[in-house]
Amino acid sequence: MSSSAVSKEASSGGALPNALALTLLLPLVLLLAGAFITPILVLLAESFFAPQFTLEHYVKGLTQPLYLGVLMRTIRTACVVTAMCFILGYPVALVMSRQKGRRVIYLAACVLIPLWTSVLVRSYAWIVLLQRKGIVNNALTELGFIGEPLKLLYTDAAVMLAMTHVLLPYMILPIYSALIAISPDLDKAARNLGAGPVSSFFRVVFPNSLPGVYAGTIIVFILALGFYVTPALVGGPQSMTIATLIAQQTTELLNWPFAGALAGILLAATLGLVSVFGRFLRIGKGA
Amino acid sequence: MQSLKSVNWGRLSLNAYAAAVLVFLMIPSLLIIPISLGSEPFIQFPPRSLSLRWYLELISDPAWVESFIFSLKIAVATTVTATIVGTLAALALVRGRLKFASALQVLTLAPLVVPHIVIAVALYLVFAPIGLTGSFLGFLIAHSMLSVPYVVITVTSALQKLDPSLEFAALSCGASRPKAFFLVVLPNIAPGVAAGAIFAFLASFDEATVSFFISGIEGKTITRKLFEDIDYNLTPVIASVSSVILMISVLLMLFVERMRGSKSQD
Repeated sequence: MSSSAVSKEASSGGALPNALALTLLLPLVLLLAGAFITPILVLLAESFFAPQFTLEHYVKGLTQPLYLGVLMRTIRTACVVTAMCFILGYPVALVMSRQKGRRVIYLAACVLIPLWTSVLVRSYAWIVLLQRKGIVNNALTELGFIGEPLKLLYTDAAVMLAMTHVLLPYMILPIYSALIAISPDLDKAARNLGAGPVSSFFRVVFPNSLPGVYAGTIIVFILALGFYVTPALVGGPQSMTIATLIAQQTTELLNWPFAGALAGILLAATLGLVSVFGRFLRIGKGA
Repeated sequence: MQSLKSVNWGRLSLNAYAAAVLVFLMIPSLLIIPISLGSEPFIQFPPRSLSLRWYLELISDPAWVESFIFSLKIAVATTVTATIVGTLAALALVRGRLKFASALQVLTLAPLVVPHIVIAVALYLVFAPIGLTGSFLGFLIAHSMLSVPYVVITVTSALQKLDPSLEFAALSCGASRPKAFFLVVLPNIAPGVAAGAIFAFLASFDEATVSFFISGIEGKTITRKLFEDIDYNLTPVIASVSSVILMISVLLMLFVERMRGSKSQD
C-alpha cells in the first residue's frame, strides 16, 4: 500500500495533483475576478452602453481639441520624464555596477529608500521646495539671483521634475541588474584588443545592457502615463493629464461614461505597450 | 601617461555626476524631517529652533490618529490575507502542472501594470452602490488585490530556488502534504514569504490613488487624509505625518534587506 503511494509520488516528481493546485489557486482567482477584472469590465461597459451601444465617448476623447490636448500633454510628459530618467539614471546604474562590498549597499540604499517612500510624501516635498515662498525661491532671492519669487509650482515643469524624481529608481534598478549580469571579462577582452574605455563602453557594455534599458524605459513610461498623485498635487489646472482628467470627470462632473472611455483609452495604451515590449518587463519592487 | 590621466578624469566626472543624481534622489525626502522639527507655525527651512510641537499636534488630533489606526488595521489585515492567498497560489503555480499557469501568472501581475487611476474609479463604481466605500471590508478587498502580486513574485522566486526533492523526500517518508509543507517547505521559503508580507503591508499602507477614491467621509486612510491636507491645508503637521510614514517605510525596507543579507550568507 504505502509502496504504491510512494511510487505514485515518484512518478509525478512531487508535483501537485491538478485538483489540489486548482484549490490552492481558487482564492487568488476569486480575488482577481471580483476586485480587478469585474470592476474594470463594469467601467468599460459604462463607456460603451450608457444607455445603449455608442462609441460617442471614445470619439469625443480622441477628437475634441480640449481632450486631445490632454492626451498629447500626457504622452509628452511621459516621454520627457522617461528621457530624463534615462539620462539621470544610466550613469548611476553604471557607477553602482562597478562598486564592490559595502559601497554597493550604501548606493543601493540611496535608490531604494526613495523608492519606498510614499509618493505623497515625495510630492509634498516638491511642493515645499517649489512653492512661491518655498526653499528654492527663498534661496534664489537671498542669493540675489531674482527679485521676485518665480512661479515654479503648479506648472508642467514641476510635474515633470517631481515625476522624474518619483520614477527614477524604476529606471536605475533594471539597468543595474542588466549591467551586473554582463561578465567583466567582456570589457577586459575589449580593452586587451586595444579599445579605450569609452569605445569599450559604447561597443561592448552598453549594447549588452540594452534589455535593462528597455525594461526601465517601458516601466517608467507606463507608470508616467497613468500617474495620478503627483500631477494632481504638483500640477495646476493647465497641466491636466489623462489621470487627473479621469478623476475630474468622476468626482466633479459624475460623467461616468466619458470617464470610462478615457480609462479605456489609457488601459488600451498601457496593455498595448506591455504586449509589444512585455518581454523586457520584470516588474516588482522586490524582484 | 596622458591616457591614464584622461581615464581618471572621465571616471571622476562620471562618479561626480552619479553622486549628484543620488543627492537629487535623497534630498526631498530628507528635507521633510528638519521641517517637521521646526517650531514656527509655517514651513520654515532651515528651522530657526527645534521642537516636537507638530508631532504633539499630530497625536492630539483625533482625525489624524483615527485615520492612522484605520490604515494600520487595513494594512495588517491585508498583509495576512495577501500573504496566505499569494503563498497558496505561488505553490500551485510553481509545483503544479497546470497548462494555463503562465497565463495566470501574467494575470496575477496585471494589477501592478494597470494604472491605479483606472482601478480606483472602477472600484469606486462597483463599491459605491453596495456600500463598500469607506468600509474596512472594501479596503481589505481592494488592497489585498493590489498587494497579492508582490507576495506571488517573492514566494515564487523562493520556491524556484528550493530543491523539490526535499519535499519529495518528506512525502516519501510518509509525511502528508500539509505536514511536508509546514515542516519542510515553509521553513525554507520563510524569508521569501516574510519579504512578500512586508511588501504587501507597505503596498497597502502607502497606497494613495485607490484609497483616495474608495474612502468615505468616515473611514479615511492616512493617505487620503494626507492627500486632502496637502491639497487644502498645507501646515507643518503634514511634515510630521510624512516623517512618520517615511520612517515606517525605511525601517521595514531595512528589515527586508537585512533578511536578504543574512539569507545570502548561509
